[in-house]
Amino acid sequence: MKHPTARLYINRIILYCVLGLFTVLFLLPVYMTVVTSLKQPADINLATSWSLPNPVFLKSFSTAWKLLGPNLKNSLILSFSATIISAFIGSINGYVFSKNKFKGSDLIFTLILFGMFIPYQIILIPLFQTLKTIGLYGSISGLILAHVVYGIPIVSLLFRNFYDQIPNDILESARLDGAGFFYIFSHIMLPLSVPGFVTVGIWQFTQIWNEFLWGITLTKQSSNPVTVGLSQLAGGQAVSWNLPMAGAIITAFPVILIFIFMGKYFIRGLLSGSVKG
Amino acid sequence: MIDQRKNTVISIVILLPSILLVGIFVYGFIGNTIVVSLTDWGHALGGLSLHPQKNFVGLQNYRDLFTNFIHGRFRQDLINAVFYSIILMAGALSLGFFFAVLLDRKVRGEGFFRTLFLYPMALSFIVTGTIWRWLFAPSGGFNIIPTFFGGEPVDFLWISSRKRVLSFNWQNLPQIFFTAAAIFFTVVILQQLITRSDKHRLRNLIIWGVSVLYVVVLHRLLPPILPVEELHGYNLATLGISIASVWQYAGYTMALYLAGLRALPESLKESAQLDGAGEFLFYWKIAIPNLKPITLSAVIVLAHISLKMFDLIYAMAGADNANTGHPSINMYLTTFRANNFAVGAAMAVILFILAAFFIIPYLVNTHREMR
Amino acid sequence: MKKLAQMVILLGLSSLILIFPLFASGTPEQAASGTQKTVEQVQLNNNIPSGDLEIFSWWAGDEGPALEALIKVFKAKYPKVNVINATVTGGSGVNAKAVLKTRMLGGDPPESFQVHAGQELIGTWVTAERMVDLTPLFEAEGWTDVFPEDLLKLLGTDDGIWSVPVNIHRSNVMWYIPANLKKWGVEAPTTWADFLKIAPQLQAKGVIPLSVGQTWTVNHLWESVALGVLGPEDYSALWEGEIPWTDNRVVDVWRTFAKVLDYTNKDAASLSWQQATDMVVNGKAAFNIMGDWAAGYMTTTLNLDPGKDYGWVPSPETKGTFMFLADSFGLPVGVENPDAAVAWLKTCGSLEGSDTFNPLKGSISARTDSDLSLYNAYLRSAASDFGSNRIVGSLAHGVVANEGFMNDFSTVMEMFLSSRDPQQAANACQAIAIQNGMIR
Repeated sequence: MKHPTARLYINRIILYCVLGLFTVLFLLPVYMTVVTSLKQPADINLATSWSLPNPVFLKSFSTAWKLLGPNLKNSLILSFSATIISAFIGSINGYVFSKNKFKGSDLIFTLILFGMFIPYQIILIPLFQTLKTIGLYGSISGLILAHVVYGIPIVSLLFRNFYDQIPNDILESARLDGAGFFYIFSHIMLPLSVPGFVTVGIWQFTQIWNEFLWGITLTKQSSNPVTVGLSQLAGGQAVSWNLPMAGAIITAFPVILIFIFMGKYFIRGLLSGSVKG
Repeated sequence: MIDQRKNTVISIVILLPSILLVGIFVYGFIGNTIVVSLTDWGHALGGLSLHPQKNFVGLQNYRDLFTNFIHGRFRQDLINAVFYSIILMAGALSLGFFFAVLLDRKVRGEGFFRTLFLYPMALSFIVTGTIWRWLFAPSGGFNIIPTFFGGEPVDFLWISSRKRVLSFNWQNLPQIFFTAAAIFFTVVILQQLITRSDKHRLRNLIIWGVSVLYVVVLHRLLPPILPVEELHGYNLATLGISIASVWQYAGYTMALYLAGLRALPESLKESAQLDGAGEFLFYWKIAIPNLKPITLSAVIVLAHISLKMFDLIYAMAGADNANTGHPSINMYLTTFRANNFAVGAAMAVILFILAAFFIIPYLVNTHREMR
Repeated sequence: MKKLAQMVILLGLSSLILIFPLFASGTPEQAASGTQKTVEQVQLNNNIPSGDLEIFSWWAGDEGPALEALIKVFKAKYPKVNVINATVTGGSGVNAKAVLKTRMLGGDPPESFQVHAGQELIGTWVTAERMVDLTPLFEAEGWTDVFPEDLLKLLGTDDGIWSVPVNIHRSNVMWYIPANLKKWGVEAPTTWADFLKIAPQLQAKGVIPLSVGQTWTVNHLWESVALGVLGPEDYSALWEGEIPWTDNRVVDVWRTFAKVLDYTNKDAASLSWQQATDMVVNGKAAFNIMGDWAAGYMTTTLNLDPGKDYGWVPSPETKGTFMFLADSFGLPVGVENPDAAVAWLKTCGSLEGSDTFNPLKGSISARTDSDLSLYNAYLRSAASDFGSNRIVGSLAHGVVANEGFMNDFSTVMEMFLSSRDPQQAANACQAIAIQNGMIR
């Protein structure tokens, strides 16, 4: 009896050690970001990059907050709207591609999937011209449209894979009872989709939140998202890095909040529901 | 039956907006790009005028990209892109799976670890790029860590490195390709000879035999593709960037695998335990094969991400560092700095095809499943 | 049902083909007037400007205050105009170029945009007939008398003058810390031969003789070496296509450059220009060749005293020559509010405007009648050099070469950094010069 317990104990220690090691590795960049954001401009150089700030300089955060405020608002509107729209399109597309296949649906899916491999830089000019023609150039709505459209392939893929894991029997029995397309979607698929929405939500939100090139080309001053604002902080000939680092921490904050918040739903969604056999 | 038809109609109507939008914004634009790549728009000055000269030149831009000396950098970028993608995938998939396995064990503070491994995705590349650049700076960052423990600073130049391993000469490319093809075909022939089923044996043997002959003959007939020797290989400078990219996306694959592992029916674990299989065997023989759909979709997502490496490379190494170049950066500079729209478009098409290659395993697998 | 599905798919695909013509912008029309280029000239009038003025630049961060001061001067004179300060940062202007070009191609030009004066503007926008000739404006404002002759020649072409320089930076400056040089017992070299002599001595003391950063700073170093080895006459002749790149004198440049590179730091590719300057300031390196924004960095951010804490000389063998680069503003064809744009240009070139902008920016005015009491010690010495020296244009910053050439030159430089083969580099430069229309 002693052996298994001892072994389990050692295993646990090894486990936590390994996790600890990776924690340190993963946190190194954070350490540097935080430490740099608290330094005075003249103290920032390569040789002292690891050292703690001395003295601690807090003003960067208030300056960054003031400068990034309007951009944060734009980004929040942009990311939330585009993510929600994207997620719904993805879920209903995924429902079709996974549970309502018809002849040619797989071909359509593959053709849509290829849209994932288009580099953002090359479509800049036609995208700009198209948005201008529709009249959406310069506003957040244009950016939302662009992100929703180019997000269709990946959200459809993620949801299709997610729904593939839901056994068909549940749908079959509902269909036998006379349930139609939308009934099954709203009463059976959606309740089970929470983890799917979480994954897709996290993915789209972060991608849209951190996207730079379209943000700077397709918007005007007043509708600039936060990535543009951040790059303004990091612009100029002689960058004092404390300011953009502080700005980066502020920028990352909403996203990390989402991770923490959605992470809980993630696990809850997994343990409930009839996904497990 | 009527229900089935009604279902299909509704399905098509639901898909219609997506099809239309993707049709215009993806295929329409790709079509436009392909058309531009077949012209000489931007070769001469005046590419930005209201009515620029665009003469049809066929595949000349593509030929130039592979044979003109000035595009030697593009060729290296292609090799870099292959390595970036493969290392990102191998790294993110294995590290992510490893983390998922660790966290699947009722770890205390699992939420903390999960957020920890996932958070790199949240950071903007401007910051990630700069921080990693500092971390990999030869005179600061990782290289001086040993000095804190009394050791010598590390000598590796990371992103500034000009070292290259696995070099090969681009002139030898057709030879390499055909040798590989010949080996592959020979292996298939041998395989055919070994199998017992006679059904299509003769037919297959003939097909593959002819292929080998064809390949060998072609090899002899083709002229050298480059007049001068040009060495390419795996640039060690890309290592730093690959590490940063794996750091950024290992958390995401971890989340996928964690969900997958949790969704594995208890019955599987129990039967493995009953059979006396150890943990390692369980993961190797049962968990991984069952998680194949996740792996395949993660591969596609990571291929999509490897296109976005533009941002990371741009921020870490700058646009002009030839050792860490990527076709997307080259394309951006060629289009918007050198105003050479046609060549930029040709690069984009090649890049698109390269990235789309990673969809093939997914398609093959889905196809096989349908059978 | 499959028939229906198939029909839908077919319909979808075929409609895609109909969309293609939407993007067939720019059919290959030959200019109807043959080789006659219609150059639009700026319209001068006495209207009071009003409405929106969009100024497009890549200045941000610490360069922001200078632009804002200039805008303030503008607003005081023209209160009815609503100024939109549109900046696009990142990538030392590459992102701004991408956004600008996308907008111009999409038919949404800003009223005025920042551009490096010289071939970068001419090769990209003037040859595309997108710029308005500003000669009448130059004459009306008297700028033809106040800007140096050499400068005017490089700002324009036979068809006109295309932009108003708002500042002048010098490229060929070598920076050092006097106290350190005294400690090591060396003096700032006046020729490259001198430099190659003292470099081993410095190396023996564990000091890197010359610090350099990522590729564009290497290009920057190259142009100083080129100017030094060729001299201003041959240097200008090279850019006018009178000397081929394969000429022995030019190959000599590459040979000297290879020797100089041997004394630079190996980790250059991962350093920004500030970090290269930092190496000189903290004593790891002896010299650094950089434009005079380094003075701004050392004075303002590092709080060093010009002349006392840090010193400067012209790059070896370039004494008497001022290699300049200029940020300038031009007038695009077809803007919505030309009156406001012209008013902006007037402010940029005015005495009040440039003397407000430049002290804050850390550069000097292009005007020879600038009020030097407003400038710091370094800038005063630069201004006096500008007024007396021979003026040539920078390569790395777009004065003497167009964008296509500069892009290809970066590639050639990268090739050279790996191969260190002067003849190969010279041949490659000749090829790309021809390809980019530099050799007529």
